[in-house]
Amino acid sequence: MYAAPAALFVLLFFVLPLLLVGQMSASERPLLQGGQGINFPDNYAGIADDRLFWPAVGFTLKYTVIVVVVLLVLSMGMALLVQNRRRGVGFLRTAYFLPVSLGLASASLLFWGFYSPQIGPIDPFLQWLGITDEPVRWIGTPTMALISSIILVVWKFAGFFMLILLVGLQSIPNEVYEAARVDGASKVQSFFRITLPLLRPSIALCLIISVTGSLLAFDQFFILTNGGPDNSTTTVVMMIYREAFRRFDLGSAAALSVVVLLVLLVINIAQFRYLRRGADD
Amino acid sequence: MRLQQAIGRTSFWVFGGGLALMFLIPLIWTGVASVSPHGATAQQEGYGFANYRTLTEYDAGLPTYLWNSAYVSILTVIFTLVLSLLGGYAFARFRFPGRDVLFLLIIAILMVPYATLLVPLWVLMGEIGLRNSLFGLALVLTLYQLPFSMFMMRISFEAVPREIEESALVDGCGTFGVLRRVLVYAVWPGMITVGLFAFLHAWNDFIAPLFMINDSSRYPLSLAIATLRQQTMGAVDFGATQAGVVIMALPCLILFVLLQRHYVRGFMSGALKG
Repeated sequence: MYAAPAALFVLLFFVLPLLLVGQMSASERPLLQGGQGINFPDNYAGIADDRLFWPAVGFTLKYTVIVVVVLLVLSMGMALLVQNRRRGVGFLRTAYFLPVSLGLASASLLFWGFYSPQIGPIDPFLQWLGITDEPVRWIGTPTMALISSIILVVWKFAGFFMLILLVGLQSIPNEVYEAARVDGASKVQSFFRITLPLLRPSIALCLIISVTGSLLAFDQFFILTNGGPDNSTTTVVMMIYREAFRRFDLGSAAALSVVVLLVLLVINIAQFRYLRRGADD
Repeated sequence: MRLQQAIGRTSFWVFGGGLALMFLIPLIWTGVASVSPHGATAQQEGYGFANYRTLTEYDAGLPTYLWNSAYVSILTVIFTLVLSLLGGYAFARFRFPGRDVLFLLIIAILMVPYATLLVPLWVLMGEIGLRNSLFGLALVLTLYQLPFSMFMMRISFEAVPREIEESALVDGCGTFGVLRRVLVYAVWPGMITVGLFAFLHAWNDFIAPLFMINDSSRYPLSLAIATLRQQTMGAVDFGATQAGVVIMALPCLILFVLLQRHYVRGFMSGALKG
């Protein structure tokens, strides 16, 4: 009885939309007219034909790989740096973590100003140092737009992943390290032989969250780069939005949604299996 | 040995402190930039709040957008709390038909990417007259809070010893009476965590309002500020945008600092169970 509201809610706003997206993906459904003709393979076939689709997939994958690697390495370094209680550690932890409490949209708007040649502080600073003579076009070229977005995302999320890894690090009993030290293991050795293996569940969790999050990247590109320059930073989720609300083609937006959903389902199941195995070891 | 220690401590400070600066600088910069003079902003000379004034007068006006955001966030918090309080109680204490299926379905929400459900939800909300409504938006935002909050409330209830409610039941309380008079106080910390997460998510979310709301007077802050920067008479307004970032960030920073303990704990119980 107490679960009834939740059950009703889940049926209405989760199960029903899931069925609906499947049905929509197989029908002709322009946004403004109520056309409902069957259009089965066409919506799906149309996706692969879209000039932007494969570049968007390629960009999303490239972005995901870079972000995941940079985030994991940096947040691991940060977690190791602040794992032991000593003076000032609390301050460092809070400093690293503060950007996490901002929304991704706010962070993107912040960096949009931060990178801007009009009020951004970086260009004047670099010129003052004598490193550059003219403004770096932070979001003006495809490469710089990618780098700038990655900096933003790493800034926003590194503290979050640091926290996951910190929780993992602190669950490793101290005795294990002491035993290793008695056996003559160096710090580097005990990191690779003890810390990393015992941290596997936490690392796997970071991996799942960062892979899924990056594959579905939207806010940072919609706001910071607007998919540009030259559509070079258009992600797959941006294409869903574009199909639905710029091209008014709900059928192909639904088909694209189904494809993304299925691909992510496979990836998620594979990752969860990996995580489960890591936890059982 | 002492020298080595000193070097170790110094490099810790140089390295860790330098990194901390890199994380803090954008935050500090946006606060300073929002009040300092710049050519491309309303604050032409000296320091002051001209950018904030621009923001106040923009389109439907800052108070409207603040209200929209607050309304959506508070509704989301209420929906999430009610659903997960009742649901968590049910999952922790009662056996009922479809219990496992329902819990699995709720967890499955995590498996379905956010954006892929927005297109059918947009259609569905249109059918039931909740498209372009902040109420409908709060329902959508609640959906994505369910897995975490249900999980959190379930373990909160499970952590309460049964003896506490048994004595109340013996005294003639119904199960709802027990929930209202006794258990709510016991699971209070869990509710704060759930509410905090729901608030931060609803306040900051961008993609759901982008899909669901097309009337600019109903935009929440995130959407209003993202559109404002392009629309002030064709020219971009960097100053007002940064003022907007400050206004969006402040409640989150304050809540976070006040409730840091809950954030970390809630996060840990979620993270460790995977």
